Amino acid sequence: MIATPWATNPFFVNLDQIFVLLRNWLVGFLPAALRPAAGVLLGVIAIVCVFPGLFALTTVFERKGLGRIQNRIGPNRVGPYGLLQPVADGIKSLTKEDIVPLRANAVVHFLAPLVLVVTVFMGFAVLPMGRNMVLVDMDAGLLFFFAMGAATELSVFMAGWSSRNKYSLLGAMRAVAQMISYEVVLLLSSVAVVMITGSLSLPKIVAAQNTYTGVFPHWYIFTPWGLAGFLMYAIAATAETNRSPFDLPEGESELVAGYHTEYSGFKFALFFLGEYLAMFSISGLGTTLFLGGWSAPFSFLTWVPSWIWFFGKVMMSIFVFIWMRGTLPRLRQDQLMNFAWKFVLPFTLLNLLVTALWRFMGEGWARWVVCSVILIAAYVVMGRLEMRSEHFGRRRYRYAE
Amino acid sequence: MRTLSPIFYLLAALTLAGGLATVLLKQLVHCALAVTVAFAGLALLFLQLDAQFAGFAQILVYIGAVAILIVFAILLTRGSDLPKDGVFSRSWPLGLVIAAGVFAVLGWAVLASVGAVPQQNTVPAVTVHDIGDALVGRYVLPLEIVALLLTAATIGAVIVAMHEKERPR
Amino acid sequence: MTTPLAGYLLVAALLFAIGLGGALVRRNAILVLIGIELMLNAANLNLIAFWRFGPHPEALTGMMFAIFSIAVAAAEAAVGLGLVIAIYRHTNTAELDKIDRMKG
Repeated sequence: MIATPWATNPFFVNLDQIFVLLRNWLVGFLPAALRPAAGVLLGVIAIVCVFPGLFALTTVFERKGLGRIQNRIGPNRVGPYGLLQPVADGIKSLTKEDIVPLRANAVVHFLAPLVLVVTVFMGFAVLPMGRNMVLVDMDAGLLFFFAMGAATELSVFMAGWSSRNKYSLLGAMRAVAQMISYEVVLLLSSVAVVMITGSLSLPKIVAAQNTYTGVFPHWYIFTPWGLAGFLMYAIAATAETNRSPFDLPEGESELVAGYHTEYSGFKFALFFLGEYLAMFSISGLGTTLFLGGWSAPFSFLTWVPSWIWFFGKVMMSIFVFIWMRGTLPRLRQDQLMNFAWKFVLPFTLLNLLVTALWRFMGEGWARWVVCSVILIAAYVVMGRLEMRSEHFGRRRYRYAE
Repeated sequence: MRTLSPIFYLLAALTLAGGLATVLLKQLVHCALAVTVAFAGLALLFLQLDAQFAGFAQILVYIGAVAILIVFAILLTRGSDLPKDGVFSRSWPLGLVIAAGVFAVLGWAVLASVGAVPQQNTVPAVTVHDIGDALVGRYVLPLEIVALLLTAATIGAVIVAMHEKERPR
Repeated sequence: MTTPLAGYLLVAALLFAIGLGGALVRRNAILVLIGIELMLNAANLNLIAFWRFGPHPEALTGMMFAIFSIAVAAAEAAVGLGLVIAIYRHTNTAELDKIDRMKG
């Protein structure tokens, strides 16, 4: 491993650990009995402040980026370069009237956005955001993350059902069906990582990737199974967060706004926040599992603070999300389901087998060749077969042709 | 720990309230949401019993899958409309008596015999790694059988609920 | 209550009775299934409690039993609800006392 002397320079080591040191310094003022609890509380406060801030920045970034893609300027009225737009949006949503439909189920209607935001925030508790920067280092961290992710589905249903609006209900049912289908893929593509690392703890998964050959890191995405797993994970993550091209639950042209049609004001803002937080957390997990978490991309860059790498990678994924939204058209519902169950899921299962093969073939170049050949062959064969089937391939118009 | 912590009482109350609401509420979707509360309470009770893996598995399976399945079934059978002639069956007093009787017997059995059971109060040091080792070691046969069962159940459920072919009229 | 174990067992017994009551008094087939799920969950709580306070927690018997039971319960729910939907398609009702004919 080629490391620069900067990596051991006390200034950079302290910069890397600045948040940990800050927390320890603040906690030091308290009596010893209260310190563990206060440390966790500070971590919670940090998460609750940082990610909504990031959300505000991302909304501007997204609107600007989409504007660029669509050859227009985007928001540029509020503040320099439109940077204060989220402040204006926030004031607007806070002062708007909170409308609850007359026949709506008021309690469930009220609880739905809360359940969403709370469960999404819980997911951040196990993500390692830098060296020694994880709120709770749980033994079963990955399982916890997915358990919290599963709970968000229910809030979507609650929102759609309690609104007593056909668009809301249809949007919610679509969203739930889609999330369940792609959740299977999300879990199975992560299992490949667990098979190699031998741990469900996310800091351990990062530690396993934080080694270098020459200047290049051992991230899982640089292996055949890791690349395939990461692509499947990215597809599933896009569907799981209802982002374009899988944004059918909110398809404006047919469903108004999907399950949050009947939400306004602050509750709508909570839904909006929940969606973006889910994007951050799922990108954070993808970063942790496949992109080496907080580790640096080259061994001579290890002096850069670890949290910069983590948040940089997350923001890169967010950029890809926005790019896809500006580029790809929306799928049809049957295409979405067929894609999940007939292509992505079988491919992910095959990837599990390939991962096992990789694990047991031992070191050497042979496993690189064998695993790559199997995956590429499967991709080509499955792609060919499925493009031929009428459910999946090009749309045939019965009368127009 | 010789006595029960206040957290236990809180979680037990939450779980039982969720269960009672499930049984008593009229609107079926409310029942489904109430049973989710009961499932969540149970998962927290598992966590309180230091069974981290089982608790998270409970949330993932019950809240993430079973509750959603129930909700789908309710909507597919038009269960969100209230039935005209009440939600309880005609023989509900009999059912109540049976349930109360079962609870009385179970409660008596527990209270009469719990003193005879050896108990230890140290927190068991069990990691997820141990559970994984046990699953593919000592319990590998049940694991295979569960895998077979889940496959059979998936295929069975799909076939049972699949659209019937339109009969010629 | 004398010991922690008794507390957990009593909660499980009460939950079991609630589930049984629900399965017996409700008319809707889905609610009956939910009642059965509650009973299964109560059994799981017993298993975990016995694992936690039993003499050999490192053997993992109760824990494994509970995990397998969760997996089986998921399969049971899927098949049960599939049956309810199939019956609804056939008879247009999910009320159990209206489905009393043996002829389809």
